[in-house]
Amino acid sequence: MIADLGYAAVLLAFAVAVYAAVASAYGAYKNDDRWVESARNSTVIILPLLLLASGLLVTLLLLGDFSVDYVWQVSSREMPTYLKVTALWGGQAGGLLFWNLLLAAFTAAAMLRNWDNQRELMPYALLVGAMTQIFFLGLVAFVENPFARIAGGVIPADGRGLNPLLRHPGMIIHPPMLYLGFTGLTIPYTFAMAALISGKLDDTWIRTTRRWTLVAWLFLSLGLILGGRWAYDVLGWGGYWAWDPVENASFIPWLAGTAFLHSVMIQEKRNMFKVWNMVLVILTYLLVIYGTFIVRSGVISSVHSFAQSAVGPLFFGFLAIMTVFSAYWLLRRRDELSSPNRLESLFSREAAFLLNNFVFMGVLVATFWGTNYPIISELFTGEKVTVGPPFYNRVNGPLFAVLLLLMGVAPLTMWYRSSAERIGMALRWPALAALAVAGVLYFAFDVNSWGALLGMWIVTVSLLLTILEFWKGIRARMKRGEAPWSALSNLMARNRRRYGGYWIHIGVLVMAFGIIGSYFFQQETQIRLRQGESVSLGSYEMTFQGVRQFPGPDDLLIKEASLAITDNGRSVGELTPRTELYTRSGQPMTIPSLRSTIGEDFYVIMVNWETVTSNEATFRLYLNPLINWVWAGGFIFIFGTLIAAWPDPADEKVTAAARARRRAKARPAYGD
Amino acid sequence: MNETITTATDTNTQNEAAEETTERGSLRWSTVLVWGGVIALLALFGWGLLNANEGRPEEGTVAPDFEMQFFDGYQWKDLENASLEDMQGQVVVLNFWASWCVECRVEADLLESTWRQYRDQGVVFLGVAYVDSEQKSLAYLEEFGITYPNAPDLGSEISNEYKITGVPETFFIGKDGQVSDFVLGPVNATMLQNEIQTLLAQ
Amino acid sequence: MKKPTLYLFLLLSLLLALPAVAQEPVTDDEVNAVARDLYCPVCENTPLDVCPTQACQDWRDEIRMQLAQGKSEEEIQQYFVERYGPRVLAEPPREGFNQIVWLLPIAGVVIGAVLFGLYLNNLRKEGVDETGEVAQSTAPVPPPAADEDEYISRVEKELRE
Repeated sequence: MIADLGYAAVLLAFAVAVYAAVASAYGAYKNDDRWVESARNSTVIILPLLLLASGLLVTLLLLGDFSVDYVWQVSSREMPTYLKVTALWGGQAGGLLFWNLLLAAFTAAAMLRNWDNQRELMPYALLVGAMTQIFFLGLVAFVENPFARIAGGVIPADGRGLNPLLRHPGMIIHPPMLYLGFTGLTIPYTFAMAALISGKLDDTWIRTTRRWTLVAWLFLSLGLILGGRWAYDVLGWGGYWAWDPVENASFIPWLAGTAFLHSVMIQEKRNMFKVWNMVLVILTYLLVIYGTFIVRSGVISSVHSFAQSAVGPLFFGFLAIMTVFSAYWLLRRRDELSSPNRLESLFSREAAFLLNNFVFMGVLVATFWGTNYPIISELFTGEKVTVGPPFYNRVNGPLFAVLLLLMGVAPLTMWYRSSAERIGMALRWPALAALAVAGVLYFAFDVNSWGALLGMWIVTVSLLLTILEFWKGIRARMKRGEAPWSALSNLMARNRRRYGGYWIHIGVLVMAFGIIGSYFFQQETQIRLRQGESVSLGSYEMTFQGVRQFPGPDDLLIKEASLAITDNGRSVGELTPRTELYTRSGQPMTIPSLRSTIGEDFYVIMVNWETVTSNEATFRLYLNPLINWVWAGGFIFIFGTLIAAWPDPADEKVTAAARARRRAKARPAYGD
Repeated sequence: MNETITTATDTNTQNEAAEETTERGSLRWSTVLVWGGVIALLALFGWGLLNANEGRPEEGTVAPDFEMQFFDGYQWKDLENASLEDMQGQVVVLNFWASWCVECRVEADLLESTWRQYRDQGVVFLGVAYVDSEQKSLAYLEEFGITYPNAPDLGSEISNEYKITGVPETFFIGKDGQVSDFVLGPVNATMLQNEIQTLLAQ
Repeated sequence: MKKPTLYLFLLLSLLLALPAVAQEPVTDDEVNAVARDLYCPVCENTPLDVCPTQACQDWRDEIRMQLAQGKSEEEIQQYFVERYGPRVLAEPPREGFNQIVWLLPIAGVVIGAVLFGLYLNNLRKEGVDETGEVAQSTAPVPPPAADEDEYISRVEKELRE
């Protein structure tokens, strides 16, 4: 009964979405506001319908109704309650429903919020928004139905249980963050297309969606960072990013989105590159769809699983339609988008942003190419190949280096033109200071790799230049009598985008610092130890004290090793890596144990494919230098994005006033 | 990227005239480029989709030919290598397995006993070790006392041809070299007998 | 048997066993060093040194055996490719069709850079050519923008001195 109600809600939502598309199109065609308003209302109604459906699915999960196939797949009796709730996104069908829920929430909010001040765009925004929703709701309603009954007549006594990997806190929050990012990024596209179709091609669509884009981008970034941390904490292979096709599928839209966030500033300042910005927004959207598809269908791993599932061809069809649709409108309006303004100097900020975009596109194309190459190879030669980290490191490494340097240098440029000499002069002492840092690394820390030295040099230069930007602003305010701290906070408050952006750059540079350390200088060793034996790595020595075995919550069987750790001879406590086995699903996990310091992580796992007895086990140890700077940088990054995205009261007043004016003007035309 | 087309601020009438003729005349290069690119990309992926749909060899089609380099002691007719074509005229039971495959053990005894039953009636059992190490493969064969021809799938070529998605998988090939049936997972006795007898009767 | 014969027998056995004992066992690290650059032929995108399955264990044992026989890393990789196909390598072998893995990005970057450079140049030229004046350009100092930026631009103006 509950399942039937849930499915009815999904079907109804689908029908409403179709209606919204038709109504908005008709309303635009006939210029009849009533139809458009009806379309808006129906778009908003989709949200409560999906809330109901999701709530019902969660109810089924909590009740443990194993007659529903999805519940059987991802839930089980012994699972703790909170996991039964998060199982909503623990599998394919539920995840899609959840995706739709978020999409509906964003779309409804965007349409309601902009109803008054973007009236000309509304019919088309509603139409395009409905198109996306029709596809994804259709998928849930007709292809991957989470409310479908289990096949055969027999209701199983217990479910399979959630994949053990998904039972850890990091993994619980990682999919929702990514989904929020993906669904959020469809909103700028919706309004961009609305601008194109309606012909209202000024900057309002950008200003409208600017905060949406930033917030969606924030969630996507968070999802990526959390994914890395989770891989490090739970998957137990000592690293956090493997250039895996699934990782890349989420990273590629992020690249397009980041390029857009930068390039859009050229349009706002100088009214240039409007066509290119449209291209970027469209690209971001298409890559989000493609990324969602890759992540759920496993197409890269096996072309055959892709084609033989119904989801594959449907995704391809939708992508094809939206590509043609977007290309058509962009080409049709491109003349009206062209700008009379010119690039005046190769040393201008416009040129710097252009270079930024060029390099981002380079990384995007390279990553896209590497991720998809196995399919291409299989199609043309019939042979499967792997494109692994060596490719990405070799191609993307230098490109990232250029971006990191650009991060520091670009703020030195000015709009229209700047003098190359002044940029050169501004670079002088940071470059020398960075050279000193590199020198210290080389002589005192024995860093031999020139790649690492160059990377550290670039990070230092850009870090100094960015901090300098803060310093210049603070000093100017202090000259007018402000105290340093209030100068800083006022600086940030009054120009959130710029200084939020600088904080984001600092965050990225700190992350780069950590990445360089952990990538170039990781050490590892593996050894089988008997009780009482020791092994050393770096300045650490580890003594194996024994393994104990005990049951855990759920149907867990835990084997935990006890290791005494000393650093340079001084005892620093105990590490307890363990293996967890969910006895029913038979899936073993190795959970590492870490000792984290500013300088490095000492990271140990108990290898579970070698026999573990109470006094003998095999261990793998990693020394990851500077890795905690990656997470610290991540925090700074998020902090910066929050500053950049924080609503500005001054901004709000302007918008509210504009809205009131427009409402007063518009009312006479529509009331009758 | 953005085309910098001169518009209102430009008072150069010659330029404007030139633009107009370009528009009214042939297609602009940017239009051609964009549509060309879009169509090419979509066509590539679409063709890929169709190709991928091919899947494993279907019933009624000719079984793809392949070469086997037999394990020592598991040759066919004392030959070091042979191809599927060499066996035309015989009924072939082609079984993909691996020493690390738990399900394969379920059918191992059955396959061997059925082989012994039919070996003199024009039936060949072929075992292909899928992505397996030689040592472990030989150990597995010894464990179950397998005597029918077995070979490693070098370079995973045979599994690629037959679009293997896992093990065990078994293909039944008739005397005419056409695929007659396919089983995913371990075979059972009744089905094995039925298939062989049907094919022998042809 | 008689005691002296027994002792002689034991002594001979020891002598025969010596060569085996003298050779050092292959360490886990040596196996991992080779396994790290190989991918599991069955699983998806899993390097061989971290793959937990039985099959991967068998392959690591295979690597251990070959290392003990004195084979080099290249020889072992070659062996794996022959048996399981090119997908075991971390990057496609640089021959035949697979060369485009590298050629395309490099060509892309070069062509992209050339096009980009031409494009920038074009933009600049058009800016200067028209009527000898640069459109919409004023003094080297960018015009003060919106309200919130005015303060900052004043600050920057001061800093420029």
